[in-house]
Amino acid sequence: MSDNQSDKQQASSQSESSASVDQDKRKFLIATSAVGALGCAAAAVPFITSMTPSERAKAAGAPVEVDISKIAPGEMMTTEWRGKPVWIINRTDEMTAELAKHNGQLSDPSCDVVSQQPSYCKNPSRAIKPNLAVIVGICTHLGCSPSAKLQPKGDMGDNWTGGFFCPCHGSKFDLAGRVFKGSPAPINLVVPPYKYLTDNTLLIGVDTEEKA
Amino acid sequence: MTNKTETKQTKFADALNCGLNWVDERFPLTSNVKAHLTEYYAPKNFNFWYFFGSLAMLVLVLQIVTGIFLTMHYKPDADLAFGSVEYIMRDVPWGWLIRYMHSTGASMFFVVVYLHMFRGIIYGSYRDPRELIWLFGVAIFLCLMGEAFFGYLLPWGQMSYWGAQVIVNLFSAIPFVGPDVSEWLRGDYLVSDATLNRFFAFHVIALPLVLLGLVVAHLIALHEVGSNNPDGVEIKKNKDKKTGIPLDGIPFHPYYTVKDLVGVAVFLIVFSAIIFFAPEMGGYFLEANNFVPANPMVTPAHIAPVWYFTPYYSILRAVPPIFNSQFPGVAAMGLSVMAFAFLPWLDKSPVKSIRYRGALYKKWLAAFVVSFLILGYLGTVPSNVWGQFGPWLGGADRATVVARIFMVIYFAFFALMPWYTKKDKTTPVPERVTG
Repeated sequence: MSDNQSDKQQASSQSESSASVDQDKRKFLIATSAVGALGCAAAAVPFITSMTPSERAKAAGAPVEVDISKIAPGEMMTTEWRGKPVWIINRTDEMTAELAKHNGQLSDPSCDVVSQQPSYCKNPSRAIKPNLAVIVGICTHLGCSPSAKLQPKGDMGDNWTGGFFCPCHGSKFDLAGRVFKGSPAPINLVVPPYKYLTDNTLLIGVDTEEKA
Repeated sequence: MTNKTETKQTKFADALNCGLNWVDERFPLTSNVKAHLTEYYAPKNFNFWYFFGSLAMLVLVLQIVTGIFLTMHYKPDADLAFGSVEYIMRDVPWGWLIRYMHSTGASMFFVVVYLHMFRGIIYGSYRDPRELIWLFGVAIFLCLMGEAFFGYLLPWGQMSYWGAQVIVNLFSAIPFVGPDVSEWLRGDYLVSDATLNRFFAFHVIALPLVLLGLVVAHLIALHEVGSNNPDGVEIKKNKDKKTGIPLDGIPFHPYYTVKDLVGVAVFLIVFSAIIFFAPEMGGYFLEANNFVPANPMVTPAHIAPVWYFTPYYSILRAVPPIFNSQFPGVAAMGLSVMAFAFLPWLDKSPVKSIRYRGALYKKWLAAFVVSFLILGYLGTVPSNVWGQFGPWLGGADRATVVARIFMVIYFAFFALMPWYTKKDKTTPVPERVTG
């Protein structure tokens, strides 16, 4: 009975005019809620941050040394750097010469998007030595690894001049990793930082301007 | 003799009643059974299309139960995951059955849910006053897509790996914060052990909890306003003056529990046939490439999502980059899923059910269904499947051009809905439900 009565009293006091509301108590409650919400937000930070790459993941990613002496002209090899495939393509002279001929079909023929290659590879062949291309084999669209279609024509149609075709969404790249217009991929493939240790050995992941 | 049995029976009934009263004083058992089963009045004219709600619940239960048993043997570790799934398939007693029930269950979940959604569309079940039921439903659908996506990474096959790679990278297309968001989701610079481990957590605990909560909300909202029906007539407008029971309503239990059990029986026959005779469904339910362990160095020659994602995936592929950004494609894909949420406010027709709509609406709906199916098919095949057009169309892939055309129809169904539902010549809706 007494419970019921107090319920009714509460109900009637709520329906009274705002004049009878204890403003101090209300302010205190609002302030308490605000501080509580801040506390919740602060407590969320460690949980959200715990999902970012761990120290171990950050530590992985040392440069890799690659022997390139066994790649025949017109062939390529794939190596792994930071968990990603890196292609090393030994272009023939015809392949390198072809690069200059289809600039009109490319989205970014002169490699103006700075983030996609080191400054020393912003040249027509996108390489230190024109015939040897080093490219990260991850499509700039959604991260698949394109398939090599190094030879002209074939199953890619008669207009194909050699390059890479992404099986996921059909992006097309030339033999310097430059993207053809009309592809879903917006920009050219990445050329990683690299340098020659000897004529036949590459170090991928660092260049002459950086310390390992 | 008869007297004795009768007294025994009455005594037993008394004891039961006594027990029930004891519970009811402490927990609203009887009143809830009445409110949701024996005195929940559903329209008497439910047809075939009304099986799929209860079937969706059945599949949800199956997925949870089989999932619990899979968790007992599965290892969420990049080095062990693939092997542990093979171990379940080969060495765990009946493991193959539990695993195939779970993998087939995923596809059947979408079959049932798509049919359930289609029912809602043709009978206008999303219309006033059922907008919230529909929105909870859309949230359930999104949650289900998340479950399917996170779950698909767990076997750690080639398709698992590259599918996750593509979907996580969708987030990097978001302007400014995108790359950080996808790195945060992966927990690494590429899909790795960290990604697998957290997807496992999402798949087995986080999303199932959300899903269950949403299903409860979906049902509470449904039982608040009452079910729609194939005529789109509100049965609560015609109540018996004495009892207050809708004249066209029948108690959910026993009438619809029995009807739904027939649906369950037929469904289980189909479900078993798939599990026992075609668990991979020719590569549509379980893709061949997923029987190859994940290899971050090589993308399979043809990657495609599982069939239930392919219409949206086709849309993603069909949109070309604009201003060197892939965001428009990603946004179009997101919009193609979210478009369903706007239906209650896009439909301006004076009638709810397709039975009283005119030819114009039916044509648009047919065009939408055809677009959905064609986009769905195109999403399962490579974009160069039909070859290229000649130089007069810039050598574009035929399949991509077709996908673009049907994508436009897909979006037009939603975007033009306020216009064609207003213009549509509807027929008069009866006072009471028919047949």
